Amino acid sequence: MTGGLPRRRLLGFAGAGAALAGAGAAAGALVGGAASSERVRPTGAEAVPFHGEHQAGITTPAQDRMHFVALDVTTDDRAELVDLLREWTAAARRMTAGQEAAEGGAVGGSPQAPPEDTGEALDLPASALTLTLGFGPSLFDHRFGLADRRPPKLVELPRFPSDDLDERRCGGDLCLQACANDPQVAVHAIRNLVRIGFGRVRVRWSQLGFGRTSSTSTSQSTPRNLFGFKDGTNNIKAEDADALREHVWVAPGDGPDWLVGGTYLVARRIRMHVEVWDRTSLAEQEAVVGRAKGTGAPLGQLAEFDPVDLHVKGAGGEYLVKEDAHVRLASAEHLGGVRILRRGYNFTDGTDGLGHLDAGLFFVCFNRDTGRQFVPMQMALSTKDRMMEYLEHTGSGHFAVPPGVREGGFWGDTLFEGRSGG
Amino acid sequence: MPTTARALTAASLLLLAACGGPETTAGADGPIAVEATDDACKVARTSAKTGNVTFEVTNKGTKVTEFYLYAPGDRILGEVENIGPGLTRRLIVEVTEAGELQTACKPGMKGDGIRGAFTVDGEARKSADADAALAEATKGYQRYVNSQADGLLAKTTEFVDAVKAGDVERAKALYPVARTYWERIEPVAESFGDLDPKVDGREDVIEEGVEFTGFHRLEKDLWQAGPQADTASIADRLLTDVKEVVAKAKAVELTPLQLANGAKELLDEVATGKITGEEDRYSHTDLWDFRANVDGSQAAVAALRPVIEERDAALAATVDQKFKALDDLLETYRDGDGFRLYTALGESDVQALSAAVDALGEPISRVAEVVSR
Repeated sequence: MTGGLPRRRLLGFAGAGAALAGAGAAAGALVGGAASSERVRPTGAEAVPFHGEHQAGITTPAQDRMHFVALDVTTDDRAELVDLLREWTAAARRMTAGQEAAEGGAVGGSPQAPPEDTGEALDLPASALTLTLGFGPSLFDHRFGLADRRPPKLVELPRFPSDDLDERRCGGDLCLQACANDPQVAVHAIRNLVRIGFGRVRVRWSQLGFGRTSSTSTSQSTPRNLFGFKDGTNNIKAEDADALREHVWVAPGDGPDWLVGGTYLVARRIRMHVEVWDRTSLAEQEAVVGRAKGTGAPLGQLAEFDPVDLHVKGAGGEYLVKEDAHVRLASAEHLGGVRILRRGYNFTDGTDGLGHLDAGLFFVCFNRDTGRQFVPMQMALSTKDRMMEYLEHTGSGHFAVPPGVREGGFWGDTLFEGRSGG
Repeated sequence: MPTTARALTAASLLLLAACGGPETTAGADGPIAVEATDDACKVARTSAKTGNVTFEVTNKGTKVTEFYLYAPGDRILGEVENIGPGLTRRLIVEVTEAGELQTACKPGMKGDGIRGAFTVDGEARKSADADAALAEATKGYQRYVNSQADGLLAKTTEFVDAVKAGDVERAKALYPVARTYWERIEPVAESFGDLDPKVDGREDVIEEGVEFTGFHRLEKDLWQAGPQADTASIADRLLTDVKEVVAKAKAVELTPLQLANGAKELLDEVATGKITGEEDRYSHTDLWDFRANVDGSQAAVAALRPVIEERDAALAATVDQKFKALDDLLETYRDGDGFRLYTALGESDVQALSAAVDALGEPISRVAEVVSR
């Protein structure tokens, strides 16, 4: 536990400056005009820079915990919404640096006033907290004069075969993704941002996640999903700048200008029928996934990072990686070069009322053009993937993620103030 | 649902994945380099012991090539396709018995290829073939499949006639009865590719652009939407598709492992589809399907029972006991010739049924391994 700055040490400090001085690498200074966030390797407790060319929480090595929330804007007043984004930015700057949500905090204010900070993260370090904001399609209506600024690529997702969406877990004008290595820190961040938003936004749905299911950095080992399989072996990694440029970041000319340096986030709450899966033979599980459960090696290969070879056949000329195997259908080769950056989490949300766990994967991905990347991939999976037998998509959201925040800027200022991103 | 027809290949894959360890490293058992050009196929070593044999194929020619390992009669043991010029690709083949094999490179991916002899010696690694008891089991189950297929055809014909005659009450009464025969042999019926969605597809599951046809489309017309202009032609198509399923079901050759996996999959169906009331969302006759899935599972297990009894008596007893518990519970929901509607079930009813299915599903999931010992 090094590098983290316990919140208690900040009590009574006048301003944020002192705290930032102590946070060292977390000061979030721009190095040569580029974000340093992509070169930080959080090991657990330290802070991740909030400012940068891109928002943190995308290529940041995936933390262990997540609290995701989708919100609807309840005010019709554009100025109120902009004020909220400014207030959120200020609180996010502080919390990601390991400070309390606002000056005065949980115990430093007037005894007669409710505390400025809810207090459950007192004494906890920054825990690599990142906060990532996105705008849903529904924000771009008549209410705030944003209709002509809606990114054409911020599409309504199509209905995928086998979808079983619960309207109460779909959509949202805004989303906030909090990731941290301590669940208490992630929940604290969302709770305080929601509190700041009362009267202007309301929570539409939210999701807790644990045990990152993707590695987003070559410095991380590949974690396992609730099916017990390594998940994310072939994910785009933060170190692969070319792949990020090609598949993740909105580039000049992609349109609109305010989104340059941003990306699109797709969230899917995927219920896994773990009980039925657990009654399935190992051979069948491996055939469904297309990888060996132990090593993570593609079928027909020896080690996890051996390239998937879709052209190998076994006895009788049957493909070793079956035609309906998950890795085949999701592969760039099968999809004409399409890749996405996955950043999902496991979840268990109690029971389905029938004696089973309501458990699964909260799938989060980032891509440059959802209609050309996530949509064809999910269409291929939901129509042919043998794994669908064990899955049910119950929640869904699509959000435009604006570029990173500059010193002195605020979340989404490129959209509301017309500054170009990038 | 995964079709049972693929379970066996999956089993051999498992061996591949599990045995691909140290023995495929260097030395006499190490990978065998294959140098493929446009007119030659140089295999560095032309003999191996039984077990996993690994080839590393490098294409040094100008044409895209393929590499094959053939058993006598050109039976494919393994192949790698689509090896572009300059690429090296790996092929691991599990060779279970000694014999004279052939390697082949196919520059341009056509023709018989450039052949070479390849000798495998050593002990056979294959488990003994299914014994007489298992052979009898598959025959017995095939008889069950045939009888259900006959019933499916007869009752679907009656159902379709009633739909086309506009006799809604009679059609409604026949709908769950015809489906009973379908649901009993569902894993078999499902192994015939596109026939399953055509006959049994649900509106929310079928792909965009694929027409909603079959039992559930007629169910929707009968219970919810009322007769449509194309209801009669949908009914005709259902009968055509069912005839095809019946013909294929009677010709299918099943293995004991497929029987065991089918028994498990039928209960998966119940656990994820029937228990939730998703399957028959317009008619709410889910318990008929439920009963039929359990019947089918029971029939597959019954056929295998002598083998299970002999190899794992405790499992056989457990399976019997859990089937009986589920049967007894289902019987309490009987209503005349059929069952109570799903909408007439309370939360506690559904929970009790779900628990009984889970209790049975666990031991059933162990049958396949016992059968494949």
